[in-house]
Amino acid sequence: MNPSLENIKDLSVTVDNADGGSLTVEQAIANLESADLGLRFYAAWWLGRFRINEPAAVTAVIKALEDEADRTPEGGYPLRRNAARALGKLGDRQAVSPLIGCLDCSDFYVREAAAQSLEMLGDPVCIPALIKLLAVGLQGEQLISKQPDLSQPYDAILEALGTLRATEFSPLVKAFLEHPIELVQYSATRAMYQLTQEPVYGERLVQALAGEKLQLRRAVLADLGAIGYLPAADAIAQTLAENSLKLISLKGLLEHQVNHITPNTFSEGAIKVMNLMDSLL
Amino acid sequence: MNNSDLAQILIRAVEEADSSDRLLDAVQELAAAGIEEGVPTLIAALGYNNPGAAVAAVDGLIAIGEPAVQPLLQLIDGYNYGARAWAIRALAGIGDVRALDTLLEAAKSDFSLSVRRAAARGLGTLRWQQVLPEKLESLHTQVLEALLLISQDPEWVVRYAAVTSLETLAIAIAVTLPDQASRITNQLQQMLNTDVDLGVRTRVKFAQEKIQPQHPQQHQEVFAPKIKLQDTEIAHRGDSRR
Repeated sequence: MNPSLENIKDLSVTVDNADGGSLTVEQAIANLESADLGLRFYAAWWLGRFRINEPAAVTAVIKALEDEADRTPEGGYPLRRNAARALGKLGDRQAVSPLIGCLDCSDFYVREAAAQSLEMLGDPVCIPALIKLLAVGLQGEQLISKQPDLSQPYDAILEALGTLRATEFSPLVKAFLEHPIELVQYSATRAMYQLTQEPVYGERLVQALAGEKLQLRRAVLADLGAIGYLPAADAIAQTLAENSLKLISLKGLLEHQVNHITPNTFSEGAIKVMNLMDSLL
Repeated sequence: MNNSDLAQILIRAVEEADSSDRLLDAVQELAAAGIEEGVPTLIAALGYNNPGAAVAAVDGLIAIGEPAVQPLLQLIDGYNYGARAWAIRALAGIGDVRALDTLLEAAKSDFSLSVRRAAARGLGTLRWQQVLPEKLESLHTQVLEALLLISQDPEWVVRYAAVTSLETLAIAIAVTLPDQASRITNQLQQMLNTDVDLGVRTRVKFAQEKIQPQHPQQHQEVFAPKIKLQDTEIAHRGDSRR
């Protein structure tokens, strides 16, 4: 008996501050400068997790983007990564400019976190900096290499460009539809849908839900939720993946309907999505 | 071949499956056969970290129905929260009231949100017609208290599930506990006003419409194609004037 090759990551464990992690806001802010690097790292995560967007917290987390103390053997910056991730959740636009600075960091994961947080903050002022990073993989409007290029967090950059509606750069985004890594292709597809609203891109993601690998189906569920592509509703409900992920994806569709389509009444689409969600609970 | 022989063949196919795809096929076949002897194997399949197989096993257990309830309650896995969530979903789908205590416990205090979510949903899908009328009131009170608590869970999806169950409970207690009904409508209104999650607020609004269609005409407009409705309205008006 070989149950399964894939391990389901628990998306469901609630965060309890069981092991001494119970903090006050003041403590967390102070801990960002603690002599104990572990406490700094945890404090940055904690402030983001509980969305402590008080000015003092935002200022302190922005300062942590320049940390030099916490380094991995490979030269990475763990505290900067956590700080960059937290700033997306804190929702304060003061962080935009410092995060743009992080796109030049030598640590891949800092650049990735910065791109994701810039997407969440939603300020298009970062588009040129994102394009500069994307262009590392391009010669004109073509991919430089048919080999997997892992030098930049292309998926995060593409997703940010889509969300930020960087329509004038869609030819550059489009090139990544051919990227050898499927996850990057999906990010490009999702961004192309956001930039053009052409159903062909939504449908390409729907087809990907029938793919072989669970890990990729999970990624596509997140993509479809992010773009709110209503015609995917049934395919989302039927794909072979955890209900938790399907529910998050369908919630994206539902909120898109309510936000963008029919603010005050229920569209047929919204009702259909809610009925599907009920059946997956 | 009798049912028992068939069951043995199908059970062995599940046990011997050596890939995700084969496991999925084997579980689907065993589930489709709907044989009681397959119940323990279907329950075991809930714990294989294979979402497709788990869905098939849940469907199979729901189709078998009442005979699966006792084994599900006994074999529920205290250590594998993934399996536990699927088992709770199966119990919710069957709707047997014997599962009530397990559902209440899981919905209120399981650490896994997928378990709490499935249990919260299950509290709204119980088949109350199984219960003796004189016991109904106290069970409804228990479920009501639990759902009011669960609808404040920190996770959106658990609150969402609680709303679906508050909706069905509101309809059920209109008979048994009519003076308690306002506690549900108040809680839903409060969630509509204050819940941080748009998806949850949307489901609350939908529940409110289903519980209390205050303006039938406006209500219809949401569901029925608009043109048709206007046509019939005009026809009616014409009729009454004549």
